[in-house]
Amino acid sequence: MSYLRVARPEVTLSFSAKLARINWFLILLLVALAAIGMVMLYSASGGSFSPYSSRHGIRFVVSLVLLLALALVDIRIWMTLAYPIYAVALLLLFGVEFFGVTAMGAQRWLDLGPIRLQPSEIMKLALVLGLARYLHGVDDITKFRSLIIPIFMIGVPFLLILTQPDLGTSILVGAIGVLMVFLAGLSWRIILAGSVALAISLPLFLRFGLKEYQWRRIQTFLNPEEDPLGSGYHILQSKIALGSGGLDGKGFLNGSQSNLNFLPEKQTDFIFTMIGEEFGFLGSIGVLALFVIVTFVGFYIAIQSRSVFGRLVAGGVTTMFCLYVLVNVGMVVGLLPVVGVPLPLISYGGTVMLTVMIGFAMVMNVHIHRYSELPKGRLLFL
Amino acid sequence: MIGRDEEDRTRFTRRTLMLGGAGLLGFASLTSRLYQLQILESKKYRGLSEENQFNFRLLVPSRGRILDRTGQELATNADNFRLLLRPEQVSDLDVLFEKLSKIINLPEGREAEIRKEFARRAKASTIRIADHMDWETFARVNLLLPELPGIQPEVGEIRTYPEGYDTAHIIGYVGSVPPEYPMGNEPLLRHPGFRIGRTGMERKYDLELRGEPGALKFEVNALGRVIRELPDIRTRAKPGKDIRLSIDKDLQAVAVKEFEGTSGAACVLDLASGEVRALASTPSFDPNKFSRGISNDDYQALLKDKLNPLFNKAIGGSFPPASCFKPVVAMAAMDARLADPKERIHCSGKIELGDRVFHCWRRKGHGNVDLNGAIGVSCDIYFYELARRLGIERIHAAAMKFGFGKLFDLDLGGGSAGLVPTQAWKRARFDLPWAQGETLIAGIGQGYLSATPIQLAVMTARIATGRKIIPTLEHKEDHDTNTAEPLGFSEAAFAMARQGMFSVVNRPWATAFSPDGLDGKGTLWAGKTGTGQVRRITQAERDDKVLKNDELPWEQRDHALFVGFAPFENPELAISVVVEHGGGGASAAAPRARRILKFALEKDRKLAAITSQQGQVL
Repeated sequence: MSYLRVARPEVTLSFSAKLARINWFLILLLVALAAIGMVMLYSASGGSFSPYSSRHGIRFVVSLVLLLALALVDIRIWMTLAYPIYAVALLLLFGVEFFGVTAMGAQRWLDLGPIRLQPSEIMKLALVLGLARYLHGVDDITKFRSLIIPIFMIGVPFLLILTQPDLGTSILVGAIGVLMVFLAGLSWRIILAGSVALAISLPLFLRFGLKEYQWRRIQTFLNPEEDPLGSGYHILQSKIALGSGGLDGKGFLNGSQSNLNFLPEKQTDFIFTMIGEEFGFLGSIGVLALFVIVTFVGFYIAIQSRSVFGRLVAGGVTTMFCLYVLVNVGMVVGLLPVVGVPLPLISYGGTVMLTVMIGFAMVMNVHIHRYSELPKGRLLFL
Repeated sequence: MIGRDEEDRTRFTRRTLMLGGAGLLGFASLTSRLYQLQILESKKYRGLSEENQFNFRLLVPSRGRILDRTGQELATNADNFRLLLRPEQVSDLDVLFEKLSKIINLPEGREAEIRKEFARRAKASTIRIADHMDWETFARVNLLLPELPGIQPEVGEIRTYPEGYDTAHIIGYVGSVPPEYPMGNEPLLRHPGFRIGRTGMERKYDLELRGEPGALKFEVNALGRVIRELPDIRTRAKPGKDIRLSIDKDLQAVAVKEFEGTSGAACVLDLASGEVRALASTPSFDPNKFSRGISNDDYQALLKDKLNPLFNKAIGGSFPPASCFKPVVAMAAMDARLADPKERIHCSGKIELGDRVFHCWRRKGHGNVDLNGAIGVSCDIYFYELARRLGIERIHAAAMKFGFGKLFDLDLGGGSAGLVPTQAWKRARFDLPWAQGETLIAGIGQGYLSATPIQLAVMTARIATGRKIIPTLEHKEDHDTNTAEPLGFSEAAFAMARQGMFSVVNRPWATAFSPDGLDGKGTLWAGKTGTGQVRRITQAERDDKVLKNDELPWEQRDHALFVGFAPFENPELAISVVVEHGGGGASAAAPRARRILKFALEKDRKLAAITSQQGQVL
């Protein structure tokens, strides 16, 4: 493993050194995905840049600038701010619980005057940061006592989001946390024990813990043809759109399913069906391949980092990104129940764009600081 | 420490690879799923997508017309001007109704119904506002259309019957497809605007009249709203065939008018072909009400009417043929050599058979009458005697040859075969032996014997031609096809029966003497009256005083019957007329029959004159 011995440890990097280390390949991948998003949103509004496509582009450019700026910040600042950010995110989640705006039957938004915040989205990143920060300082992850705080760090936001209620996001947040602990080196004994415990508690949860509409979604997922005009409509129409695309699709702007409004939420969660309908099997696996490459690059950056914090931040963000894609596409092709998870960088939506881009800012930051060794205990601040 | 770090890092790498591997597995399953959907099952989903994208609208074909023998319309299609409302285009319903109310008068409560539907219906549906508007109102709505957002004028088709009341029992009517109708694969039958023939000729010729539907393919969005029509895929509807009937519209109108205010039936047969020129049954009804969807009140009123307007009495009403049957008995007796036209029988007004007394309709009697006279004056005693000599079985055999006991419903449905009794029939029906008195009664066309007006016309036609005329509503272009088989009676018998019927209307002493002949222009004709007794006249009543018809309640009055043919030499037409509870055949039925026949013959003459003129020009 030669890469482990590449360079000497660093402490502080010059601005130009950081600039030189920016991973332009990753930036290129992100630009490519956002561009695909713009193209599909152009088609979603019937061949027009407004309202979706142009705003998507502007948002991407703005968040790309933000990405570069945040990537260039010293990683120790990120590390120092990890706990405060986590704390703020947690507070915001509590805030949603008490002051949240109800949208579509769930409290997910926090109205802060001009901007509406979705604290659960912030929490995903905050959790990655917070957990990475904590696990960075842990002596021996294989010991159970090292897990007590992570359990709370994951469990509290999980339960808060679950009660919003937003089953999809809460499972996503929980999964990101658990997978990060796994990456950090969770002992197999505990993994085994945890799996057994989950296997036992899951049926109980499904039986008693689900809201009526959540249960119905799972039912619909299991049997979408039962009620084609009711709750099964999304899945069925989405499958029709994908299937009718065939090998090479109906052509750009020619997706009848989407242009004639048979596809609901085509510009957000179901945008992948448009890709499949207009560009066919080749188009959809092409886009999937891009996502796979992004994931690969993300994990590669994680592996290369010499600090536990860096590895876990990059690994966590990449895991989150990969989960987004798998869950979204899995839902669209009818392999997973319909949960409101967008396709990162392609779906229309400001909060998601921001979350994903800040996430990649963190990944980029880790990449830039890949040779930095960070102290286990309190930080020597700069 | 370094070793520990390295160890951590190696483990992280290992675990990242594992996680990445799991991720790749996830992507692999997505890919295989996409392969399944987009490559393997693509065809199925492409079909479903097209089903989503395109709708076919069935274009209902124009129903074929039904024409009379001269090509005049008996059933046709009229434009149905109607207004529809497209809810998603309505900005303010109140304003719309206010503007609309200045142009059309909606029936009471219709506005509330529309409002209710408007609130309930999906945005993309349409609501019917008004049907069957007159042209002027419809034109005014079209003119003001820009001010009426959401209103959509439409021109549909509706079946109309120009001679509705006169021809209702023959033409029938159309209606929506009943749920029990065998739908098969015919999409037309499921179209809400489609009508099928429910009764009469509309039903018989339904398949020919129907035509073939066209189709219009158009693109719709998820709300079902039409985005565009695809005219290249449009196939035109093929209109149904026109059907020509043997009915003469004008004659039919004259016949129906003869029965105004009464309940009755008439049938005019063309002797050359058996074609039914007119078939009246009154009171009738307006079939236009049915094709537009009859209101329950109107329908109940028709059902409750004791004169039974929905019932076709001409083919379904059973009446005692009464004295109209006498020529049949006379012919049977002659050919059985049981009667001699020159034989005179004394009529004293009554005859005794066993312990029963049989009366002649003329209480004073007719004195000595021969067969011709007996038919002319319709002497009952003479025919009691002939019937006694014949016996019921021979009467039955003769009657069957003349079409009694046989169903002539012209495929209209609801017909009756009447009844010609036999000994066996009575035993089967009542488990009683035949009584000779019943043979006597049958001899004057009463008792168990019953026949429909069309049977009486058939009988008359067969007497007049000597051939087995079969009535039909089909109009044959090659008119002169007198190829029906001979009936099997001797020429002498026919001559005698015809002569007797000639006497009935041409001899001053006979029952239905018409001094001016048929038309006052010397056209000779022949006929026979009949008075069908409805009640039994008891001995006590006879001893006291036999009540006159106008002293009786309507239901107990006699049926007035008349059969006839004209001209006497080379007959062309036969007629039967029955006036239900109309009294005496001579007074109530014969004049009507004469006027109808007169009209029919005069029209034929005029037509013939025109055709021969045209022939000369050519």
